[in-house]
Order: sequence, then C-alpha cells, then structure tokens
Amino acid sequence: MVLRTKAEESGHKERLDDRMMEIIMGRLLQVGVLLASFVMLVGGIVYVRAHQGAIPDYRVFKSEPQTLRHVGGVVSGVAAGDPAAIIQLAVLLLIATPVARVIFALVAFGIERDKLYVGISAIVLAVLLFSLIRSQ
Amino acid sequence: MSLLIFTALLFLGSLIAGLLGALTGLGGGVVLVPLLTLGFHVDIRYAIGVSLISVIATSSGAAAAYVREGYSSVRIGMFLEVATTIGAILGAFLATVVHTQALAIIFGLVLIYSAYLSWQQARNPVPTLEKGSPWSGKLRLSGDYPEPDGSRCKYEVENIPGGFGMMFVAGALSGLLGIGSGAVKVLAMDRIMKVPFKVSTTTSNFMIGVTAAASAGIYLHRGLITPGLAFPVMLGVLCGSLIGARYLVRAHVSVLRSVFTIVILALGVEMIVNGVTKWF
Repeated sequence: MVLRTKAEESGHKERLDDRMMEIIMGRLLQVGVLLASFVMLVGGIVYVRAHQGAIPDYRVFKSEPQTLRHVGGVVSGVAAGDPAAIIQLAVLLLIATPVARVIFALVAFGIERDKLYVGISAIVLAVLLFSLIRSQ
Repeated sequence: MSLLIFTALLFLGSLIAGLLGALTGLGGGVVLVPLLTLGFHVDIRYAIGVSLISVIATSSGAAAAYVREGYSSVRIGMFLEVATTIGAILGAFLATVVHTQALAIIFGLVLIYSAYLSWQQARNPVPTLEKGSPWSGKLRLSGDYPEPDGSRCKYEVENIPGGFGMMFVAGALSGLLGIGSGAVKVLAMDRIMKVPFKVSTTTSNFMIGVTAAASAGIYLHRGLITPGLAFPVMLGVLCGSLIGARYLVRAHVSVLRSVFTIVILALGVEMIVNGVTKWF
C-alpha cells in the first residue's frame, strides 16, 4: 500500500514536470512565431515598396540568388538593407522555432534525468541540423 | 498585375486557405498549394516551399492553445518525430527528381485520401485500449490526460513499429508535397497505435512544425522559398488559421466540415486533372 502511494506520487511529479515543459514549449513556439511574423511584416512592407511597378512571375522555377539561401548571406543582406533578405531572415527565424523547441526538450529531459528521451531528442536534433547545414 | 495587387490577392487567398485548413482540420497547406498552382499559376515547387513555411507558422502559432488543454504527449511526439523528420528529408530529396506534373497528381491523390481519412476519423472514434504493448511502458509512451470531471484517464499504446513506419510515410509526404500531413499522422497514432483521439490530434500539431522544419531547410538551400511569395502567404495562412481555430471552438462545425471536405475533394480532383492534361 505504502509502495503504491510512493509510486503514484513519483508518477504524478513526473507528469507535472512534463506539463511544465509543455507549457514552456508552447510559449517558446508562440514567441518564435510572433517574432518571425513581425520581421516578415517589416521586410514585406519594405519589399513591396522597393519593387513597386515590378510584375511578379513565379510560373517557372528560376531559383533564388545564392546569397539568400544560407544564414551568412541572409545576415549580410539584412545588414546591407536588402528587403528580400529581411523576409528570408523571418523564414530562418520560423524554421529555427521548432528546432529551439527540440533543444529545449533535450535540456528538460536532461534535467529530468531521462536518458532515453535525451537520446531520442538528440537524434531528432541531429536530423534537423543535418537538413539545415549539410544539405547544400 | 502589379506587385502590390498581386501581394494583396495572395494574402487574401492564403487567409482563406488557412481558414479552410483550420476548419477542416487538414491544415493550411492542403488548400494553399492548389490555390497557388491553380489560381495564381505559381510553379508547384515554389508553392510547396512557401507552404512548408506556412505549415511551421500555423503549427507553432496554435501550440500554446493546444498546450492549455493538456492532452498532448511530449514523449509520443518526440519519439515519432525521429520517423517524421527522417521521412521529411527523404521526401524533400525525392521532390527534386519527381516531375512537376507528377507532383501535382500525387498531391491530388493525397488530398483526396486525407479528406477521406479526416472525415472517417471524425465519424468513427476508436475505443480506448485496455492493455497496450509491453514496449508502451518501456519507451514511456503510456500516459494520461485530464477528463472533464478532473480525474485522469490513463492510456497505453500498441503496434509501435507500425505507427513509426506510418509516421515515416507522413514525414515523406510532408517533405515531398509541403503539407503538414496531419491526417496521416493522426491515422498512425489513432488507428494504428490506438493513442486516444484527443492526445493524437494535439500531439500531431506539435510534430507538424518539427517535420516541416526538417524539409524547409532543404527547400531554402535550393532557392525554393521566395521572398515575394513568403511574405503574403505566411502571414495570410497564419491569420486565417488563427481565426479558424477561434471560430472552431464556438461554432457548430459538423455541417461546415462536410461542406469544406467537398471543397477539398474538388481541389484534389482539379489538381489531378490539371496535372494529367499538362503532362500529356
């Protein structure tokens, strides 16, 4: 009887920690999206103003300039005041949001001393980083 | 058409796509890609790239609301994300070798199947599992969720390899077509692993963002995420889905849902017809 109560207590505690973790992760995602949306809005307004009179055509695929495809190029583009680079910065922020969530989960599982889920989160993070960094 | 009008129309169209996606529970991508390709004559690869970005935005934007309900399982989500992210990378690589018209046809087929799945899932709830696989506890996939009366309902899962495999497929479809493939994710959890419906739908929302991020990186490197489209589409879909989610809580949705499911079916057929006629 005593044993069972103990098990239930520890089980309950673990759920509470998971719950806290999910609440923080939910906030993290929300903040990321808000930030990305704000940068997107600013970049978009500047972009439309800069390209007034241009006729958009996306019928055929003709790849974006090399500079706007990776982090370094986007950052230097933003520094140079390129409106397209500001939009791409928002895109990068948006992609980084779920990645940040996985990093947070990894740390939280580490604090909970859940080795299994530290390992699982590390695999997911490795796959995400592979796609972001290695696939050029 | 000048850029300003084009951007404004894209924003409005994306808003409607986000709204429909939220109301049908299928996500913004499934309406967005047909809208961009059929309505705005955008190359389907651009449409897929920008759709992935919107999928991340909607999934993350809705996260806080889903967390508040307390149904989602961070462990089931993380465990299955191994499968969806690897699948997503495979899907994104496949997208380079598949003919664009073939992409359109596959998209149409998946759209119709997703609409069918979501319609069926809403109608026939799966009974909760009495006893799951022994691995359910070992992998800590068993859990509980709050009932309206304040008690906690415990659950276990079964057929973990089957669910994992189906999640790989869901990830590959997401990377190939730029959709969240929420319907396939719910199928894997709900029908195969017997995860309770409330848990599977909310957990799938979290997984959608991570899955889309895995393939979005590859689309970005390939120059398939274009600023002129990303700006109005991402903001439009996000606004639409947030409005849709709010409306969903208040409105009686079963009639609306049926109507929109028919719209989605029609879009799927149109994608297939368009793909076939342009290809041959």
